[in-house]
Amino acid sequence: MRFAKLARLAVGIAAWVLTSTSVPAAQTNVAVAANFTEPAKEIAAAFKAKTGHEVVLSFGASGQFYSQITQGAPFQVLLSADDARPKKLIDDGLAVPDSRFTYAIGKLVLWSKTPGLVTGEETLKAATFAKLSICNPAAAPYGAAAMETMKSLKVLDTLQPKLVEGATITQAYQFVETGNAELGFVALSQLTGPETGSRWLVPQELYSPIRQDAVLLKTGVSNEAATGFIAFLRSPEARAIIEKYGYVLDGQS
Amino acid sequence: MGGLTGDLWQSVWLTIELASITTVILLALGTPLAWWLARSKAWWTEAVAAVIALPLVLPPTVLGFYLLVALGPDGPGGVIAGAWGGRTLAFTFEGLVFGSVLYSMPFVVQPIRNAFAAIGDRPIEVAATLRASPRRAFWTVAVPLARPGFLTGAVLGFAHTVGEFGLVLMIGGNIPGRTKVLSVAIFDYVEASQWREANILASGMVIFAFAIILTITLIEKRGARTGR
Repeated sequence: MRFAKLARLAVGIAAWVLTSTSVPAAQTNVAVAANFTEPAKEIAAAFKAKTGHEVVLSFGASGQFYSQITQGAPFQVLLSADDARPKKLIDDGLAVPDSRFTYAIGKLVLWSKTPGLVTGEETLKAATFAKLSICNPAAAPYGAAAMETMKSLKVLDTLQPKLVEGATITQAYQFVETGNAELGFVALSQLTGPETGSRWLVPQELYSPIRQDAVLLKTGVSNEAATGFIAFLRSPEARAIIEKYGYVLDGQS
Repeated sequence: MGGLTGDLWQSVWLTIELASITTVILLALGTPLAWWLARSKAWWTEAVAAVIALPLVLPPTVLGFYLLVALGPDGPGGVIAGAWGGRTLAFTFEGLVFGSVLYSMPFVVQPIRNAFAAIGDRPIEVAATLRASPRRAFWTVAVPLARPGFLTGAVLGFAHTVGEFGLVLMIGGNIPGRTKVLSVAIFDYVEASQWREANILASGMVIFAFAIILTITLIEKRGARTGR
């Protein structure tokens, strides 16, 4: 008896969900590298205001998304924090080859909540702190860029025991924000809020450019919202938002 | 490859170390607590029991979030860490032990409490009439009778600590040899597309979990057979 009732309810809900989402505006699921969280929200809102299409954003580490997409995760677009993983997805036959482009070039910042703590590369050389937070270099490009910077400055060996790793750039930020680490390598885009403290914009010659590529996944080819969103990323409106968050646009660095 | 497998075994050992220390601490803390819970008639006993049971229901992220703040320089953890010149208890092995003790507490306390409760008042009263001091009655009568409860509690506490993930991910900082335990290492390998390594660890965990569940079932069965 109860089961029949439940089944009827389930069918009812399913029917409601199906009919309510397949009407006018389309919807797409977009996987977004954690460093691009804030601009992505703003761009998605602007996109919705313009087209009515709904963009559902998921934030995480690029490596994590790559693994999930190879296993059939229901995303139609990937905004990666690197160019390697979108390329790999194309090689794997999971993404549309000519859809890949660099939507932003990321900037690495050494940041502390303590005013005066971060003054420049000498902060890393003096190493008068207990914990330096970075994000997982194997899964997140900003972590790899942080490692490269420390290698360029020849301070990696002395700093290695002080490193703590977040799974994403958001977690690396959070370790500094909660004061558990005195300073950390974060994305410039994360520091547009009211953060106080001290920061050092790491010079580009210390690490290879963080070319953040977007790619349309094969699952999104016939999804109007997905193709529309990736096209919208190139629009002047979206580019202005991206620049506002401290990214450099391709062809202007 | 050699380096990779070295890294892999390091996380296995670290996990065993964490789970063993946590289990020992939990048995030491949990036994008097379980005894009190089983015998207290105070109206707020169940409130205390409910607090201990909270991690059963709460997502690990709740505990992870509060611990990250509490262990940090602005919380009590920072004060404690200051005793040996540190700033925070997050990212330390000690911090993980603390978190694991809270997280696995109900898994140790519940079975021991149940075992104590099942004994009832009578054996203790009989021991008292034979002029055993309460302490002696506890050690020579209650504890031996509650043995299956201790075994189940220890095994569950150990296993649950091995299986924790969200909490460690949030307060650990993924430091090899100190906070990079098995579950986090698996997550890491999957994220980095190193599926061979992930598979070695993950399949090991499946076998481990099976062995644990089988062990507990056998303990309980034997307990039931011997009339306990």
